[in-house]
Amino acid sequence: MAKIHKSPWLLHYDGSSCNGCDIEVLATLTPVYDAERFGVENTGDPMQADILLITGGINSQNQPVVKQLYDQMPRPKVVVAVGVCACTGGIFKECYNILGGADTTIPVDIYVPGCAARPEAIIDGIVKAVALFEERSEEHDALRHEKKHGQLTPEEYIRKAEENSRASEEAAETKAIDVDKNQIHGNITGELTGHTMNKLRHIGKGKR
Amino acid sequence: MAVIPFLICFPLAVAVLMYCIRANKIRNFIAYCSVIAIMTGVAVLTVQWCIGGMQPINLYVETEMVDHIILAGELALMVIVTILCFIHRKYWISLLSIAPTLLIAYAELFGPKVEALSHIRVDRLSVLMCIIIAVIGGLIIVYAVGYMHGYAHHHTEFADRRYYFFMLLFLFLGAMFGFVLSDSLLWIVLFWETTSVCSFLLIGYTQEPIAVQNSFRALWMNLLGGVGLTVGVVYFMYEGHSVSLFHLVNQGIFGTRFTIIPIAMISFAALTKAAQMPFSSWLMGAMVAPTPSSALLHSATMVKAGIYILIRLSPALSGTHTGNMVSFVGGFTFLVASIMAIAQTDAKKVLAFSTISNLGLMTACCGVGTPETTWACVFLMLFHAISKSLLFQDVGATENSMHTRDIEEFHGLLYRLPKLAVFQFIGIAGMFLAPFGMLISKWSALKASVDERNIVLVLFIIFGSATTSFYWTKWMGKLIAHSRPIPIKDITKKNENISLTVHAVLMLLLCVLFPALSRGYVDPMIVELYGRREDVLPMALLYTLVIVICMVFAVPAVAHFVNSKQEMNVKPSYMNGINVGDNRFFVDSLGEEKRLYMTNYYFAHKIGQRKLMIPSQLISMAVIVVTLCIIVGGALV
Amino acid sequence: MIQTDSILTKVIFVAAYILLAPLIGGLLAGIDRKISARMQRRIGPPILQPFYDVHKLWHKQVIAVEKAQSWFLMTYLILMIFTGAMMFSGTDILMCFFVLSTAAAFLFFAAMVTNSPYGYIGAQRELLQIMAYEPSILMTCVGFYLVAHSFEVSKIVAGPVSRILYLPGFFAAFVFSLTIKLRKSPFDTSASRHPHQELVKGLTTEMGARNLAIFEIAEWYETVFLCGVVAMFILNTSWVSIPVAILVILAVFFLEILIDNTNARVKWQSMLLISWVVTLVGGGVNLLILMLVR
Repeated sequence: MAKIHKSPWLLHYDGSSCNGCDIEVLATLTPVYDAERFGVENTGDPMQADILLITGGINSQNQPVVKQLYDQMPRPKVVVAVGVCACTGGIFKECYNILGGADTTIPVDIYVPGCAARPEAIIDGIVKAVALFEERSEEHDALRHEKKHGQLTPEEYIRKAEENSRASEEAAETKAIDVDKNQIHGNITGELTGHTMNKLRHIGKGKR
Repeated sequence: MAVIPFLICFPLAVAVLMYCIRANKIRNFIAYCSVIAIMTGVAVLTVQWCIGGMQPINLYVETEMVDHIILAGELALMVIVTILCFIHRKYWISLLSIAPTLLIAYAELFGPKVEALSHIRVDRLSVLMCIIIAVIGGLIIVYAVGYMHGYAHHHTEFADRRYYFFMLLFLFLGAMFGFVLSDSLLWIVLFWETTSVCSFLLIGYTQEPIAVQNSFRALWMNLLGGVGLTVGVVYFMYEGHSVSLFHLVNQGIFGTRFTIIPIAMISFAALTKAAQMPFSSWLMGAMVAPTPSSALLHSATMVKAGIYILIRLSPALSGTHTGNMVSFVGGFTFLVASIMAIAQTDAKKVLAFSTISNLGLMTACCGVGTPETTWACVFLMLFHAISKSLLFQDVGATENSMHTRDIEEFHGLLYRLPKLAVFQFIGIAGMFLAPFGMLISKWSALKASVDERNIVLVLFIIFGSATTSFYWTKWMGKLIAHSRPIPIKDITKKNENISLTVHAVLMLLLCVLFPALSRGYVDPMIVELYGRREDVLPMALLYTLVIVICMVFAVPAVAHFVNSKQEMNVKPSYMNGINVGDNRFFVDSLGEEKRLYMTNYYFAHKIGQRKLMIPSQLISMAVIVVTLCIIVGGALV
Repeated sequence: MIQTDSILTKVIFVAAYILLAPLIGGLLAGIDRKISARMQRRIGPPILQPFYDVHKLWHKQVIAVEKAQSWFLMTYLILMIFTGAMMFSGTDILMCFFVLSTAAAFLFFAAMVTNSPYGYIGAQRELLQIMAYEPSILMTCVGFYLVAHSFEVSKIVAGPVSRILYLPGFFAAFVFSLTIKLRKSPFDTSASRHPHQELVKGLTTEMGARNLAIFEIAEWYETVFLCGVVAMFILNTSWVSIPVAILVILAVFFLEILIDNTNARVKWQSMLLISWVVTLVGGGVNLLILMLVR
């Protein structure tokens, strides 16, 4: 029962970006790349979203906004930072108004670098996010189960739930590097690496 | 049955007392006692009549003395109206009172001898009306005691003439009792004119220029109806040699020649009393009067006088030109008034338009003239009387506490004045939500209109019910929106609360019990009126109805039970992330907090009163004039 | 044909409705998304996607903007189930639609109670939608009554010939209002369903995880109920009418998907005007002819 969480819904938020990554995100949802075949739906409502896609950097005006959006999302949730601006602040990092990437405000699970990040890379990131989301869902179900059967106090439940929604540092690093490697090849040469191509072929055949 | 003269004369005596006693506390106490006496009187009447087998009773055949008193009363009314018209320089209106009074005096004194029939008739319809008048009228008077106290203290710019106000209320009650219990058309004319004059005087209570203007408009429209009524009655006297309403209706069912004009003229009078198009503006103008008069006269009882007459006439209306005119005007008013109600933000104006609209539906039902539609009309009348009275009283009490009656200010009323908001919710729900009275009446009216092949009425009902649900639902939504507002001090007096609570309980009881009421009381009433046995609602439908009613009460209860046990994390509402946190303010682009305001749709410039009233009046006036010409021409030739 | 009057048949139908309608409704929703995707030259999600969606929503952390909202939504769901149950047990169709209107009112309250800007405007537009389709629905009932001389569903589907032969105008008006009821473009002004967004999620903006799941399930029940009404136009005493009815339902559904994908959303003023005109012309002319002929 806990295995069938095949419905990751996105919330796309643009911080302080040039909109290049936003256009790429939207392109991902168009028929050419068709992220909807994974059941991905771009909902604009944080209360119905599972995955928060952030593009653009964080400045002092949008920091509380991002915090509020993140808080409004129900658990289990995953955050994906798309584009280098969201990862680290990107090309605007030294500007006086930019505080940095999304991880200055909220816990980020997946980093998809690129300037602008390509749709294939974004799909890659989403696919990883979906996997992470499934993992988190199972933990969430288990936690709820324990709570329901009185094995956890409410405080413990909340503490554990918060823990689960933050990625562990190493896991984040691994994921970043993984995608990074593909990205370096993919973006500079303008072609897809064999690795990513294989992944896409698998996805196309309906295997998740 | 000595209680009948008691019911008619006692309120008149109390009215005199009200006027004379200026000490508030004593007068209030007398008011309470009189209300209890009146309610007891009606209870006695009902019990006596039930014990007698619930059969129609005709009484008082020989009434020379009383007839003379009645005539004197009419002349007195004429004098009062003429004097007031001259004081306010509206000379032509006095003609509308002088002409019919002189006409009827001449006819009574020098006209043909009429066969002596009963002057009082007690049957199911009259008893029902008496109960409505006593219960709702009595409760409103109890409410008015508290309300007028607050009103006088708040509106110090108006002279405090509460003794005058209460005199008029009691006078009106007496007149209404006389009206529904009379069978003699001559008596009906007096009581009719009395209610018109009471309404006129009550609207002008505050003596502001606008109140005076509106009161005279109400006067001339109602007097115009009175002219029609008098002409019809006199014609019937001369041609039919009778003044009995019962006789008129019976002859009318057979289509006897000399009944056509009287029925047409009386229907016309009923249309003015019930504020149908083109005569709706007097009811809108009547909203300047204090709330108890709006509740009593202009929603629960006086306008129902027109409907009562139409219900009596309805067996004779089916298939005739008069019936077609009445059903067209009624259906048209139903649709047009509900469209105009959408554009109103003033709560009292919305209630006024919805009154006109519902009266239109009732009128249309009577105009069709089948047992099913009359059944529907009776239930509409019952539901409407209770719920509209409840709503008017509630809006009045809310206005006293909030000093506004704009619906936009009622946003989140449930959290500011909880009790009043719940009562409003109950009142509105009883008006239009399935499966309560309104809806089953619509079911019946729709079915009967299709049966009668009255396509225009079918279209009116269909489109009218869509627009009706729009303005009610949006008001209800406003009440419950949780805007975390600052609570307000609820200064509703205890007697106002009593009246409101009893009304709400009655509303709920009526919603729950109405299948039983239909089977036990109203179905036989229809048999009485139509003289034939018919099941208005098929049994299967009644069962379904009972199940639906139970569901509509049980489901929210179950849902509440299920819901209350759930833990829920509360989040701020979605405002693109700039919610300050309390759902009331958001952060603007300069970092300051801005208040969140949300309003309903009103479309005032498209479908408001300014745009639609005049075309509607023209259309309805044309229909009435043309039909009356056809009828009168056809009957005379 | 089937003896629709016995209590046992009624119970079977009602039970079948209550148990199977969410499955059928969800499948229809999934097929809808798949066909839309194919029309847009995409692959689209799997057909069982709506079930995955609801399953996921159910297992998320339970959040709400306003506690009372779940109560209103739960009432909406149960009343919707009750409406369908009423229809499938063969009672009065006009009553069913009246109960449906009460259920719709509860949905409106659920959106209003949160006091959120998007939900509020979505709720107002929902009211406008109700005002737009209600005449058409009442017209349909009137049409059924004219040809079957009864409002009862069991009598309407037991006619010698399919009712649609007498009610083409009514059928057209009803299918037109289906576009509004099924929340399809050009008339999806209130809820901005996937993949469109106008008022964020319109009516359903403040409905977090579990509440949205309840809303979805209620929508499935409603879809099956509306398909049932379409079937009422076709069913008659012969057994052939059953497969024909199913085909017609699927054809109408496909038509709605086609309309959805080929039209842009219109302003509510246009929606109101167009739907009332279609009701008046389609339904009114049909009504006139029927009344004169019968």
